[in-house]
Amino acid sequence: MRVALFVPCYVDQFYPQVAIAGLELLEKLGCEVVVPKDQTCCGQPMANSGFANLTGGCDSNFSQNFDGFDYIVGPSGSCILHIKEHHPSEKIRNSVYEICEFLVDVLQVKKLDARFPHRVGLHQSCHGQRGLRLSSMTERNEVPFSKIAQLLDLVQDLDYVLPERADECCGFGGTFCVTEEAVSVRMGQDRIQEHLVNQIEYVVGADTSCLMHMEGILRRQNSPVQIKHVIEILNHHA
Amino acid sequence: MLNHAEASEQFIQDAERTTWHDETLWFVRSKRDKASKVIPEWEDLRDHASQIKDHVLANLGQYLIEFEAKAKANGVHVHWAKDAEEHNQIVYGLVAKHGSKALVKSKSMLTEECHLNSFLTKKGVEVVDTDLGERIVQFRDEVPSHIVLPAIHLKKEDVGETFHQHLGTPKGNKDPQFLTEAARQHLRGYFLAADVAITGVNFAVAETGEFVVCTNEGNADMGAHLAKVHIACMGIEKIIPRRKDLGVFLRLLARSATGQLITTYSSHFAKPREGQEMHIVLVDNGRTRQLARPEFRNSLKCIRCAACFNTCPVYRRSGGHSYHQPVAGPIGSILAPNFDKKSNVDLPFASTLCGSCSNVCPVKINIHEQLWFWRQDLMKEGLAPAGKSLSMKGMAWILSHPKIYRLAGAMGRFVVKNLPFLVNNRLNPWAKQREMPEAPKESFQTWYQSRKS
Repeated sequence: MRVALFVPCYVDQFYPQVAIAGLELLEKLGCEVVVPKDQTCCGQPMANSGFANLTGGCDSNFSQNFDGFDYIVGPSGSCILHIKEHHPSEKIRNSVYEICEFLVDVLQVKKLDARFPHRVGLHQSCHGQRGLRLSSMTERNEVPFSKIAQLLDLVQDLDYVLPERADECCGFGGTFCVTEEAVSVRMGQDRIQEHLVNQIEYVVGADTSCLMHMEGILRRQNSPVQIKHVIEILNHHA
Repeated sequence: MLNHAEASEQFIQDAERTTWHDETLWFVRSKRDKASKVIPEWEDLRDHASQIKDHVLANLGQYLIEFEAKAKANGVHVHWAKDAEEHNQIVYGLVAKHGSKALVKSKSMLTEECHLNSFLTKKGVEVVDTDLGERIVQFRDEVPSHIVLPAIHLKKEDVGETFHQHLGTPKGNKDPQFLTEAARQHLRGYFLAADVAITGVNFAVAETGEFVVCTNEGNADMGAHLAKVHIACMGIEKIIPRRKDLGVFLRLLARSATGQLITTYSSHFAKPREGQEMHIVLVDNGRTRQLARPEFRNSLKCIRCAACFNTCPVYRRSGGHSYHQPVAGPIGSILAPNFDKKSNVDLPFASTLCGSCSNVCPVKINIHEQLWFWRQDLMKEGLAPAGKSLSMKGMAWILSHPKIYRLAGAMGRFVVKNLPFLVNNRLNPWAKQREMPEAPKESFQTWYQSRKS
């Protein structure tokens, strides 16, 4: 299966290990992975700031890089949701997948050669969860499900826990994190606190941006707790 | 006036109170979760309510005329107000006609929206809010911070102090039961003396001309049953077609609001009792303008349950007053720009777009999507803060040009790695309370190109 790997700009620049894990895992699962060289950003930072009228350049650059692929897969729920909701090309909108969603729905992965002998706290990022429906949400009266948990269940020796408020936002919110700095940080601190009471070693999620925000707070607190993208765990074997 | 971000920063400075505010409202959200989950058809009920409201909005004119005719046939006087000013004048006209110097009012967000209290006070009429929470904030010369729990920003110590000052309760007494009793005794005199009672309206039934007021304290009934004149003020969107539709909305309202099965009182008013005058004031005040905006019209489906407030992680940590509007929270943030874009430009940005609001909403308003649409609308109007347009254009330009993006990325990583003081300072809002991400030596694309070769 031919898959184009979408590596969001900030993952490319600051979290290459997340994209590497995605690439390796997809290859391990038998995909032919293409990484278009000139990809940059999905355009979400402008659009969510009220400047969707400025995303034309990003949209056409995205099209130039990803036209013709049936599967465009990326490790960031929020960017994927933006493409899915706002990209002008219907073909592209229908071809983008968040990577966990792709593993569960398209590749239908039932087993993995992965081991991660740690206790981790699972952060359910809002855009992945409520936007892409990667898992059920506590707001609705619905049968519980979670594509991410389904994948984590395939990892040996992994112990994952949800915080008490299972799906509260971490407060990143794109440019919200700087324009509403006080609320953003306070939300992040509260989220982390709820994870820390569970004696976890890592905060784990499917959206690198939320993790980046929480990592910034954890490191400011000199906490030994680290962050990991789900995909890094699914690709981990030790 | 402080914008939302500035007001929130002040609110959050009291960390302990912020925790308390967050936990108190989360408790209400949790009660709502429990109450909604024992109803297997909950999601269908939301759908149904949403559809009824969509239908009403699509046929609003016709239902309003039907309602007016039925209400008049019941002996009720019906008034139309195009805006807040006209609404206030109508109410004042009625009060003046009866020579009233004081009136009692049960909770009505519409009268808050119209700033009726200050209008009447200036005319020499004393307005006594009879909802306990509203009376508390009225004593303090504040506005409600929440549409269902108006004094939720206050702790019992604050209420004790307020009552000590205004009702002479013993200093330091913060016993809720004692303070409530003091308020009850205080309000009783006003109930008995008032000639005019104002209530809000939760639902107005087109087929019967009756209206329903939901309260937990019974204060609406106490006022309306004792006064010679009952004035009910309602936004024109409160119409529902049939009495049996109440079965849908009454099941949703209290469960969504507080997790109760139903409000203690769901009082139906159909016609004046003998010797009483009953008036209904139907208020537009921008609603038809909102109705004409396709992406925002369904904000008019709101039944004012405040479930979106209680679930909103931003509201819980910033308090209602940070929204500087009578209706705060997520729903307030999509209603406010309809009144005035410029002074409310911050509100659609007071959200992470997490989407929790849209999913608790009993009438399925796509609140977080409308926040996004308002952002576009307001920026298009040129209301961006200084420098924002330019920085957005710059960012869009860099991200549209792969070569420049690569250069900028490499420079960014270089700075974070080698000149951290340039970014780790208080001028960078990210770094005030967070570390910058650690800069890797190469980007993924660079790694990938060397891996390929």
